Amino acid sequence: MRLFDSTCYSLCRGSAIGLLMATCLLVSPGLRAYTIYVSSEKDNTITLVDGETYKILQKVEVGERPRGIALSMDGALLYVCTSDADHIEVLDLETLKVTHVLPSGPDPELLVLGPEGRYIYVANEDDNMVTVVDTEKREKVKEIQVGVEPEGMAISSDGKWLVNTSETTNMAHFINLETLEVEDNVLVDQRPRVAQFTTDNKQVWVSSEIGGTVSVIDVASRKIIKKIGFEIPGIQKESIQPVGIKHSKDGKLAFVALGPAARVAVIKTGSLEVVKYLLVGQRVWNMDFSPDEKQIFTTNGVSNDMSVIDRERLKVKKSVQVGRMPWGIVVRP
Amino acid sequence: MKRLSWKSKKKIDSLFSFALLVVLFGLLLPCVALAADREISIALLGLEEKRHVPLSLLEPIIDDNGLAGAEQGIRDNNTTGRFTGQSYKLTQVEVKPGESLERAFKALHTQGIRLFLLNLPADQQLKLADLSEAQHSLLFNIGAHDDSLRRHACRPNLLHTLPSRAMLADALAQYLAWKRWRKWFLVVGRHPQDEAYAAALKRAAKRFGGKIVEQKKWTFEPGARRTDSGHTKAQQEVNAFTQTGDYDILLVADETDEFGEYLGYRTFRPRPVGGTQGLSPAAWSRVHEQWGATQFQRRFHKKTGRWMSERDYAAWLAVRSIGEAATRTSTSDADELRAFIMSPKFKLAAFKGGPVTYREWNGQLRQPLLVTSPRVMVSVSPQKGFLHQFSTLDTLGYDRQETDCTN
Repeated sequence: MRLFDSTCYSLCRGSAIGLLMATCLLVSPGLRAYTIYVSSEKDNTITLVDGETYKILQKVEVGERPRGIALSMDGALLYVCTSDADHIEVLDLETLKVTHVLPSGPDPELLVLGPEGRYIYVANEDDNMVTVVDTEKREKVKEIQVGVEPEGMAISSDGKWLVNTSETTNMAHFINLETLEVEDNVLVDQRPRVAQFTTDNKQVWVSSEIGGTVSVIDVASRKIIKKIGFEIPGIQKESIQPVGIKHSKDGKLAFVALGPAARVAVIKTGSLEVVKYLLVGQRVWNMDFSPDEKQIFTTNGVSNDMSVIDRERLKVKKSVQVGRMPWGIVVRP
Repeated sequence: MKRLSWKSKKKIDSLFSFALLVVLFGLLLPCVALAADREISIALLGLEEKRHVPLSLLEPIIDDNGLAGAEQGIRDNNTTGRFTGQSYKLTQVEVKPGESLERAFKALHTQGIRLFLLNLPADQQLKLADLSEAQHSLLFNIGAHDDSLRRHACRPNLLHTLPSRAMLADALAQYLAWKRWRKWFLVVGRHPQDEAYAAALKRAAKRFGGKIVEQKKWTFEPGARRTDSGHTKAQQEVNAFTQTGDYDILLVADETDEFGEYLGYRTFRPRPVGGTQGLSPAAWSRVHEQWGATQFQRRFHKKTGRWMSERDYAAWLAVRSIGEAATRTSTSDADELRAFIMSPKFKLAAFKGGPVTYREWNGQLRQPLLVTSPRVMVSVSPQKGFLHQFSTLDTLGYDRQETDCTN
């Protein structure tokens, strides 16, 4: 009996502590809690999704046609390219209010934040420029002439290069971040949309929406190492339109969103071979990782949802309805 | 080591200078070739014609139809050219009535131009394409919708960036099939091109399950676009003219825009109007804003103060096809450009969602077509469900086995 008593006691005590711990976890913001921000170009909203439960926390109204979004260095602000409002709106993520706007030139679509966190670089499709904006002084610092319809923007984490793609010129322009001059141009396939540096900054990947390929460019020599093509049984070649690119931090895998093909391609960065195609929603364009990189989230513009991909198992595990025509996505730890 | 004699040393010296010369010449030669390849001249050949006056007062009278599109193409190519070292030049020639078109073509050929945009009727284009001067030239049809050019009278040196009437009619018919609006009332204007448009609609009806339940010819004389109380007459005329058996949609063939606009909302039965007016198939329209077209439309409007026409778009496509091929091949040679344009390597981004390419059997650019209303885009054809073994875009217009052309 005594034995039983003591067992019961310890059991009870154990579960009490467990309960307490669980409560603590629920109450205090645990390490794993994070929020997903999705811009919806048709709704003019930013949707906040809980990273654990995938419940929609809130929808915040912003200016017309929000597309590209980016977090400030400290994660306190969200920069939103409101394309039809012709400026960048700055959303305070504590109050969820737009505090001020930044000048961007007409129809901003995508932006990147410099590694120093002060300057943002915006592609202006209407006048063949890349605009550099000082977020502190809230003014344009410089405009850099590039090809026709600049779109994709990538910045190397070492602060050396800004790569911009121009959709009608079909080039990746290498801009020296110190001089802010175009130093080199690499011809890629038709309608380059997104540029992304690998984690080690040795390569930059450029997706060509109409060409249907991803060009892997060696940064040192500015030569194309490989053009990765895609083939999906039962899907017409013209429907395979690569747009968003994401590299895992460990540098092993890359994920490429294939637009109307409703697939995300998984690529081994070592061999540059496609290892798997994951079926997601329609017109998949942009992606982001969860902070622990165990999940990948995609925006699917035509099916109005966000797919959740399990990175370990390489399986799509859920889709979450968000705003109408979701476009950009970032995860805030 | 044996020392070289003075004589042999001199011989070596002269040999060395000769070698140096050869090397220098060798270096210069590609420079010369490069210089030639750097400048790419394109001519736009058209006729000086009476200005076309649209029926609607909202439509502008366009003086530079086609030219403005070609110029946009040149600007786009030159922006790319800044990075590739190529520069593009456009020469426009408008032949006056009574002057020889062939002479104008030959004069441009003498200037060294081998790339031509033809804003001309079909028969004139064929005459030019058959000239010996045209044999190593590349010609783009930006002015004629005629099916004959795509079906029987093809020329290997003549490509078409303007859609054929059959393509336009098929694009509309596919949408009507999707809507299950199967019974068509066809109203045809008094010009040969109206008959040709009607013929394309009849062919499309057969292909996509439409039925022409009624057909009438519009014979009223057209008048001025501006008349006081003109509406009362149109109201009476159209109401009486359209008293027929039942149908799903009235399809009008009025390419010169003489009366089609009058039909909408005035028909005896409450039915929609489509064809050359109303619900219209087109390669380009001001209402098109998808797939990045917004920037393209804005760029054009900012420069010209008007919206881009279908002919402007055809001209832009031709100039961009040349630009795309010249960028990829680093050449300005017409034969080499043509070979690349017709190869599977060629793909052009043209604000239509997917790449546009050329049909190798008749040189027709295959592209999705818009189904538009005057104020918004209604749909884009090919419609889902119309399948093709090679490309669904080939469900629009004359397919390989339907032509005598092999190019």
